[in-house]
Amino acid sequence: MNAGDTAWVLMSTVLVFVMTPGLAFFYGGLVRRKNVLSILMQCFIIMCAISLQWVLYGYSLAFGPDTGWGIIGGLDWAGLKGVGGAPNGDYAATIPHLVFMIFQAMFAIITPALIIGAFAERVKFSSFLVLTILWATLVYDPLAHWVWSTGGWMRRLGALDFAGGIVVHVSSGISALVMALLLGKRIGYASEPFRPHNLPFTVLGGALLWFGWFGFNAGSALAANELAANAFVTTNTATAAAGFAWALIEWRIHGAPTVLGTVTGAVAGLVAITPACGFVSPLSSIVIGAAASAICYMAIAVVKAKLGYDDSLDAFGVHGVGGAWGTIATGLLAEKAVNSAGADGLFFGGLHQFLVQLALVGVTVLYAAVVTFVLFKVIDALLGMKVDKKSEILGLDLSQQCESAYTVVE
Amino acid sequence: MKLIVAIIQPHKLEEVKGALEAVNVNLMTVSNVLGQGRQKGYTEVYRGMREAGGLLRKVRLDIAVNEDFVEKTIQAIVKGAHTGETGDGKIFVLDLQECVRIGTGERGSAAIG
Repeated sequence: MNAGDTAWVLMSTVLVFVMTPGLAFFYGGLVRRKNVLSILMQCFIIMCAISLQWVLYGYSLAFGPDTGWGIIGGLDWAGLKGVGGAPNGDYAATIPHLVFMIFQAMFAIITPALIIGAFAERVKFSSFLVLTILWATLVYDPLAHWVWSTGGWMRRLGALDFAGGIVVHVSSGISALVMALLLGKRIGYASEPFRPHNLPFTVLGGALLWFGWFGFNAGSALAANELAANAFVTTNTATAAAGFAWALIEWRIHGAPTVLGTVTGAVAGLVAITPACGFVSPLSSIVIGAAASAICYMAIAVVKAKLGYDDSLDAFGVHGVGGAWGTIATGLLAEKAVNSAGADGLFFGGLHQFLVQLALVGVTVLYAAVVTFVLFKVIDALLGMKVDKKSEILGLDLSQQCESAYTVVE
Repeated sequence: MKLIVAIIQPHKLEEVKGALEAVNVNLMTVSNVLGQGRQKGYTEVYRGMREAGGLLRKVRLDIAVNEDFVEKTIQAIVKGAHTGETGDGKIFVLDLQECVRIGTGERGSAAIG
């Protein structure tokens, strides 16, 4: 046990925790004023629901002893049985097992919250809640097991995902696309302007995401060591490159750099560096970040506009596309010189790792898409996934939460 | 009695107020409004999506006056709000049927000033 490591991972846990409220404001500012509370509420209830799910059985499914095929953990650790103060050498030998568990809990919380961006402004709250808990159980927990648990099949195959490019971003991003496609467009989409109601909220939320992401990525070293330092520096550098690149792209195309674009670029950079941060050099992280903005910009401003699906807040465009790029970029730019436990990517002579990363993105996309599709169909048939037209026009704050964010008269 | 409604550029409000006070018109209601005229609206860009048809911020003044103040009031608003550019705004003059001062119950011309 090491007090420095324990303190760092506990601090990182707090940093990752604050990302979910940060995300709530990032998303909340982007919706119309009649729906801002529904976004804040969805994020907040996920913090409650998944905290419980994780302690009761989620952590055991994800990280518990493998049941045989590397697909899912058993229920041995359900209710945190046997998960206590003593370190678990398989995951983090220098910190209490409970600290590792609660650090991972914050990842389990923010991942389903990312999907909210795709179905914002039109989903029924009760159905959303059921979907979230089932999605965490059937998509997130298995994926975390595949990639991060000692028995997981992707881990045994040599998957490189330092902090969650596959587990967090590709999984939530592709599920977001499925949700957006199945749920259909918001009333008035593409025919009337949908203006963000409070961009300062979005910038504040984006800044909180950047702040919290230091814990997400550098904390994933699970120790206060040189690997954490590398992850910290690559995270900041990639994000800076991505924010800057997006601003330049907009400046060139639209004649002005927008603050929404710059913040969106920064988040795309954070997403893309997530799987790579502990395996690549700071110089490579600039490439990953800048390219993330170019690729995500194409996905959002060109592809989405052409295909016409309504991914309200671009959960797929930023997290799905950015996460896939980051995971593949890890297979291009990883260096053993940075992390001896990693591998050399394609640009450093490692074709094998590149192919592994490609395959893992493919499998994750397929798995998450299929399970989300089935979950959507089942919940839609039983409860109805979308609010009725009247409720959508009235706004989800009043129709789902029975409250208003802003008063007009005193 | 007339009700004078003026739509002006927001940054001209202080000058208009000053010009009105100079001719002894001190009572007015001011509100923030959105609108578009010959100036047309403007275009915003959100994540690469152009949203046209944005409305411009304007300030609206509602001023109730007796007949002998109508011309003075109009002149003062024009003096304060005029720049010569498109978008300076408009002034509408409407007949006012009745006016009641809530505090005293006074009616008509006596209630206006």
